[in-house]
Amino acid sequence: MTIPAEQLTQEMVSAEIEQIHAEHGEWARAGGRPLPVHPPRDFLPYRSTALRHPTHELVRADPEEIELASPAFGHTDVAAEESDLTIQHTGEPLGERIIVTGRVLDGDGRPVRNQLVEIWQANASGRYVHKRDQHPAPLDPNFTGVGRIITGDDGGYSLTTIKPGAYPWKNHRNAWRPAHIHFSFFGSAFTQRLITQMYFPGDPLFGLDPIYQSIVDPAARERLVARYDHDVSRPEWAIGYRWDVVLTGPKSTWMEPEDADHA
Amino acid sequence: MPESPESEFLQTPSQTVGPFFGYALPFAGGESVAAPWHPAAIRLHGTVFDGAGQPIPDAIVEIWHPDADGRVISELGSLARDGHTVTGFGRTPVDRRGNYDFSTIKPGATRADAAPYVLVTIFARGLTHHLFTRAYFGDEVDRNASDAFLDGVDPSRRPTLIATFDAPHSYRFDIRLQGDDETVFLDFDAESHD
Ligand SMILES: [Fe+2]
Repeated sequence: MTIPAEQLTQEMVSAEIEQIHAEHGEWARAGGRPLPVHPPRDFLPYRSTALRHPTHELVRADPEEIELASPAFGHTDVAAEESDLTIQHTGEPLGERIIVTGRVLDGDGRPVRNQLVEIWQANASGRYVHKRDQHPAPLDPNFTGVGRIITGDDGGYSLTTIKPGAYPWKNHRNAWRPAHIHFSFFGSAFTQRLITQMYFPGDPLFGLDPIYQSIVDPAARERLVARYDHDVSRPEWAIGYRWDVVLTGPKSTWMEPEDADHA
Repeated sequence: MPESPESEFLQTPSQTVGPFFGYALPFAGGESVAAPWHPAAIRLHGTVFDGAGQPIPDAIVEIWHPDADGRVISELGSLARDGHTVTGFGRTPVDRRGNYDFSTIKPGATRADAAPYVLVTIFARGLTHHLFTRAYFGDEVDRNASDAFLDGVDPSRRPTLIATFDAPHSYRFDIRLQGDDETVFLDFDAESHD
């Protein structure tokens, strides 16, 4: 009884989302439990999850030393220019120039220092350079949409790019992804590894998007939305957004000895 | 905004890696943690399958492991390979047939009473949150038998955590996201869900 994607309407998908959110709300209220932060891996409205989610419960493991550490990245791994996606070609990309800045912190508010942040995104028309993207929107010869940066001593990062466009996908009929930037983070422990997406405030597609709505906790969803920050905007140059990220891990996160100096 | 002392630092939620990471996350030499001509090089390879037993063509796999003596490596160069430093971190997308193929070294155990393994992380389109598993080594029979974690895993599912010795210096570790023989995936953070 699987409905083909082209016959699956937004109304049907939105009703599924609403029902799953209601069930999770009920589960949380009944048990006096918080809603999960991360999306359930089995999330029917996002059709590709159907055959790609484990059906067994995850097995609890105590992290060993390797899982409490992260690979070391540094300025030998990433060039400074990689944080500006608007200077990677001979000409300037089309679109709205933006600055996205923020801090990467752990669950105690300590900075995640000298760690790798990677981003990738569609161009201003909503088209990825990726060869499998078939959206009939123009590529921009001056925009690739890939950036990297190493966080500073305060966990800070700052990227200059172009505001990506919304784009269609084939989950259901007339499905559109809200504008987003994909982000990849390494924490101070590998257990804090995170890949996610950052969104822009006030997007009318939020309520309709099964990927954004796969997060069942509304407060957690909002944490993926950057906020406009006029102090980040630069006169005559770029619009500024601020987005802070928190990577919590197991309670026994390994601490570098020098953390004591910065406590 | 000023932070009040009570301000909470709440986990940022995960979102799928999506289908279009292929021009962004892979990097030159990502699959070559140790060059194949390294005297201690091993091959760690396998296929990622979905719940219908079909290979997944759009997953990306990361590995992370200590050195041959079980020490965590803190050398720079996990991304910009210099051809000889072994950093312990690798990343590779699967190919169109769902296969991934790393060249690395066999790590040591980080604890005297534990078995050595490689931490494996899987991201994919259709996977809303990555999955962790561990590839233990099929030829470490004695150490695997006395490992406390492996001992606690349902014996019928334990083989999914073992990379099988399939050729000299080569181990095969298939990953099944769902269904019969579903891989054992790990939760390192169960306490915070209570
Ligand atoms: Fe995307």
